[in-house]
Amino acid sequence: MHPTTYFSKALTWGQLRTDMIELEQLTKKFGPVTAVAGIDLKAGVGEVLGFLGPNGAGKSTTMKMITGYLAPTSGRARVCGHDVETQTLQAQAAMGYLPEGAPAYGDMTPRQFLNFIAQVRGFSDAAAKARVDAAVGKTELDPVLEQPIETLSKGFKRRVGLAQAILHDPPVLIMDEPTDGLDPNQKHSVRALIRAMASEKTIIISTHLLDEVEAVCTRAVIIDRGRIVADGTPAQLLARSRHHNAVTLTLPAAQAERAKAKLKSLGPVASVEQSDISGTARLSIFPKNGSLLIEDVSALAVAEKWDVKELYAEAGRLDEVFRALTTHDATRAREART
Amino acid sequence: MKYVWPIFRREFAAYFATPLAYVFIVIFLFAMGAFTFYVGRFYDNGQADLTVFFGYHPWLYLFLVPAIAMRLWAEERKTGTMELLLTLPAPLWASVAGKYLAAWAFTGVALALTFPIWITVNYLGSPDNGVIVASYIGSFLMAGGYLAIGACISATTGNQVIAFVVSVVVCFLFTISGAPLVLDFFRAWAPLPLVTAISSFSVLTHFAAISQGVIDLRDVVYFLSLIALFLTANVAVVDLKKAG
Repeated sequence: MHPTTYFSKALTWGQLRTDMIELEQLTKKFGPVTAVAGIDLKAGVGEVLGFLGPNGAGKSTTMKMITGYLAPTSGRARVCGHDVETQTLQAQAAMGYLPEGAPAYGDMTPRQFLNFIAQVRGFSDAAAKARVDAAVGKTELDPVLEQPIETLSKGFKRRVGLAQAILHDPPVLIMDEPTDGLDPNQKHSVRALIRAMASEKTIIISTHLLDEVEAVCTRAVIIDRGRIVADGTPAQLLARSRHHNAVTLTLPAAQAERAKAKLKSLGPVASVEQSDISGTARLSIFPKNGSLLIEDVSALAVAEKWDVKELYAEAGRLDEVFRALTTHDATRAREART
Repeated sequence: MKYVWPIFRREFAAYFATPLAYVFIVIFLFAMGAFTFYVGRFYDNGQADLTVFFGYHPWLYLFLVPAIAMRLWAEERKTGTMELLLTLPAPLWASVAGKYLAAWAFTGVALALTFPIWITVNYLGSPDNGVIVASYIGSFLMAGGYLAIGACISATTGNQVIAFVVSVVVCFLFTISGAPLVLDFFRAWAPLPLVTAISSFSVLTHFAAISQGVIDLRDVVYFLSLIALFLTANVAVVDLKKAG
């Protein structure tokens, strides 16, 4: 969903909240190591915020501080206006949390486990049953409801964790790698579930799957070495890619040289790169300042009567942006040495 | 209380969901019987009382109770469920109390299952059942004390073996704190009142007093304060680990 869509939707409901999650200079140090170095962030209703970052960037630590599992070294986290450190229980009651790896008590069945969660969350027996049934329905846990959790497949275990997190229909959901280790079908259904809940909740998910960000997130925050290095909609991040609006053109190798010369003469073209695949040449045409190229290129191709096999524009490559923002000098130096 | 109950119930059920409970109870009963009849020569004493039986409790608990306590927190830390438990909207003390009470109730079940020996002495003669009841209460309180120590130590680590070994050592020191081994260490430098205080920490002394058949308030207060002290420390340890 585009940001303006949920913005207007929330406005019409008269319940616009832009401060469901507020992080102020949130910092966590483990001894001499700074895991999270002063994160400022606000997230509101309708946002699905994707935390991206390399391993060890501080995504999980940030989530652990938001959910009250770890106390921040300095700074503060507020959830629905409740300070996580001083009003821990109110904040935790307003949150659902799927910790990394979806831990659960392996000796319990999903039904026993979810019942336990419902009771600790203060639901009476009848309400607990209704809640458990609803969560089981949403996460399609029915077939394994009476089997010990430790005997379940990874996908079902993850769904048990998910069911536990959404059991009390919380306004804020924090999920650490919700689709990690799932097969494509399971990923699809988890993403569909997240999208279905998105409009009325504030959701933070962490992931290293870049396609996940494009699939479910309204906003992507890239974290590197404990700091936010980028914050924007997936489209805004894509616009920072070198491939943003780049055009790929495939034609017979014989026509490549002439085509390259012609393309370079086009005003908005910055550069053309060629790669050959068995008799055909694939030209990547990069625009100046991210301007749109596809119309100019296709007009040229028609005018020149090239035998075009492929012609398409790219939105951009998130992995490229991700690497550019999170590959730091130390890593580059290490790579150069090896 | 509304938080303690579900946590208690889950923890208590967990013992019986795995072979742990059954293995423990069998070994506990077997060890109790072996010590009472073979080592303690129960029949040869020719007395219808359970002094021999209860006399071995502190030493059996020394190993068996840390075996129960070691998993309390170390396992949660290892499997990651600790993160789940501590991010549920339940106060920390409720989690500590719920888990502790479940373990204590479990040792209570194991202890209660020694009832055949109580029937046996009543069949063989006419023992002072008041003394036996007092001894059972004392034994249960003592198990609670060891368990609180073990729970607290279990919270400091994700490794159950370390939790077990350290708990045994600490429990041992508390058991024999009236003995020269411990007191000589303190006598060299500590002021006399401290040495006296340490010698009064002895689990053995207080348990022996109760198993005479006299439930003195001081002994009960001793065990309850021991439990309260270590559970408070347990809360503090978990909280400190949160701060990283």
